[in-house]
Amino acid sequence: MNDEIKNIKKIIINSSLELDCGKKIKDFPLAYETYGTLNKSKNNAVLAFHALTGDQFVTNVNPITKREGWWITAVGPGKAIDTNKYFVICANVLGGCMGSFGPREINPETNKVYRTTFPVITIRDMVRAQKYLLDHLGIKKLLAVTGGSMGGMQVLQFTSLYPDKTHAAIPIACSASHSAQNIALNELGRQAIMTDPNWKKENSTPDKGLAIARMAAHITYLSKQGLQEKFGRKLQDKGSLKFSFDADFQIESYLRHQGATFVDRFDANSYLYITRAMDYFDLEKQFNGNLSLAFKNTKSKFCVISFSSDWLYPTIENKEIVIALNACGANVGFVEINSDRGHDSFLLDVPEFLKTISEFLNSTYNEINNNEKRI
Amino acid sequence: MKKEFEVISQIIQNNKRVLDIGCGDGTLMEYLKIKQQNDVRGLEPQKDLVQKCISKGLSVIEGDAEKELVQFPKKSFDYVVLSQTLQAFLNPEGVLDQLLRIGKQTIVSIPNFGYWKVRLQLLIKGTMPITKSLPNEWYNTPNLHMCTIQDFVNFCKKKNIRIDKSMCLTNEKISEITNRNMSYKNIFSQLGIFLIQ
Repeated sequence: MNDEIKNIKKIIINSSLELDCGKKIKDFPLAYETYGTLNKSKNNAVLAFHALTGDQFVTNVNPITKREGWWITAVGPGKAIDTNKYFVICANVLGGCMGSFGPREINPETNKVYRTTFPVITIRDMVRAQKYLLDHLGIKKLLAVTGGSMGGMQVLQFTSLYPDKTHAAIPIACSASHSAQNIALNELGRQAIMTDPNWKKENSTPDKGLAIARMAAHITYLSKQGLQEKFGRKLQDKGSLKFSFDADFQIESYLRHQGATFVDRFDANSYLYITRAMDYFDLEKQFNGNLSLAFKNTKSKFCVISFSSDWLYPTIENKEIVIALNACGANVGFVEINSDRGHDSFLLDVPEFLKTISEFLNSTYNEINNNEKRI
Repeated sequence: MKKEFEVISQIIQNNKRVLDIGCGDGTLMEYLKIKQQNDVRGLEPQKDLVQKCISKGLSVIEGDAEKELVQFPKKSFDYVVLSQTLQAFLNPEGVLDQLLRIGKQTIVSIPNFGYWKVRLQLLIKGTMPITKSLPNEWYNTPNLHMCTIQDFVNFCKKKNIRIDKSMCLTNEKISEITNRNMSYKNIFSQLGIFLIQ
C-alpha cells in the first residue's frame, strides 16, 4: 500500500508555511485529486474539504482502498455536484495519511517516520496549505467551497482567511468552535489508541486501539432512531443468545467490522493529529469571542445546512454560524434537512439535501455567468 | 404576482436592503431582486419553501420570526416586509417591536377583520367568518390575533409608531386610507398595507 501512495498525485509546496504551533514547514507534499474539467474562464472550480477520516478521493473508486469515494452520493457526472459541469478539487489534509504531509511521512532530518514527533497542526494550517494548491492550479476565485463535519470547519476557516476567494460557501453539519462534548469524544478515541501497547512500538501499529476509536466514533455519526431501525435488537445468528461476550447482536458485529476495516486504511497517529486539529478549532476565539468578525469582509454567498438528527454537530451549532453571518450582513441562507440518519446524513443519499446543494450551486453558477456576460 | 406584492414593491425603492419575513416561495423576493436590484434576504419557517427559495438563488433562512429576529442588528435593513402574518404570531407586539428595530422602515400588511363580509357572517350566521382571505375554520386557523384596519392604526398611535403610508386593497383595487375615509375603508377593504417606522 505504501508504494501505491507514493504514486498518487501531489504537489510539493516549496514555500515556507508557519504553522499555528510556531513551527515552520517547507518542501512538504500535498496530495490531491480533481474531477471534471476546469473551464476556460476558470470559474467552475469547487473545492471540497474532507472530514476526519476522508481523503482526496471524493468519488469513483479510491485507487488505494478500492472502496467508493467518500462523497460518491454527491459528486460525479449528473450528481448534485456535477462533474460534467464543475471542476471538483479535493486535497488530503495536512496530518492525513493519503500522501499529504503527515505523521506517516519520513522526517528527512532523522530518516525516521515522524509518528508523534510530527508538529501539531490546526484547521487553519490545513486550509493555508490548500491555498497553495489553488495557486498551483491557477484558480483565482472558486465557484464554491464545501464540506461536511471537519470539512465544514475548513469551509468556515477558508472564507474567513480569504474573504474574496470563493463565490459561494456550503458549510454542512459543522460548528465554528468544537464543543466540549466533541472534544470529549475525540479524547476517548485518542486514549483508545494511546493505551494500546503497540502504539509505542516502532514496527507495530495500534490496531486494537484504533479500531475501538473508530467504533466509538461511528456510533456518534448515527442516530438513536437510525440505529434502532437498522439493527434494533436483531441477533447475528438467528438462534438465541449465546450467553457469552461474542457479538450476539447485529449492531455489535457491525461495529466490530467498522473498526476492523478502518485500521487497514487509516494511520493511528493521523487520527490523533486530525482529531486534535478539530478540538483546537475555535473560530470565535480567533476573533476575540466575536464570531461575526470572522466573516466581516466576506463576499461569499453562504448556504448553511444541518440535519435534524445530528447530535454531534446539532442544528443549534450550525445556526450560530448563521447568526454570526447575519450579524455582519453577509449573504446567507440556511436549511435544516429532515433525516433520521444522524451526522452521517451528509455522506448518504438524502434527496432533499442533495437537491439543495445542487440547486444552490446551479443558481450561483448561473448568476456569476450572467454577471460576467453583462460586464 | 398578486396585487398586494405590486403595492409593496412599489413602496420599496431600488437598490435597497430588504428582509422579507415569512417570504414563502420567494415570489416577492425574486421580483425585488431582479426588477429592482434590491439586496434581499428572507426568513421562512417551512422547510420546503426555504428549499424552493434556495433553488431560485435566494438567501433564505429557515426559522421562526418570533425567535430569530433578535439576531439581526439594529437598522440593518432599509425595509422589513411582513405580509399577512402579524396575526399568526403568539406575540405580534413583540414581533413588531423587532421589525421596527431591524428595519429603517417596515411594511406590514394585515387581512382586515373589519371587512363587511366578515362582520356579516358573525352577525347573521353567528359563526366565525370564513372568506377568501380567511379560508380556515376557527379550529384550524393559524390566525391567533385578528385585527381590523382601525385596530392596527389605533395600535400604532398607542405605541407611537409613525405611519408614513396607509394603503388598502378593495376587490383588487388599490387606494389610500385617510383619516376621512377610514371607517369606510375599514368596512370595504380586505387588506391593509402600512409603511411604518
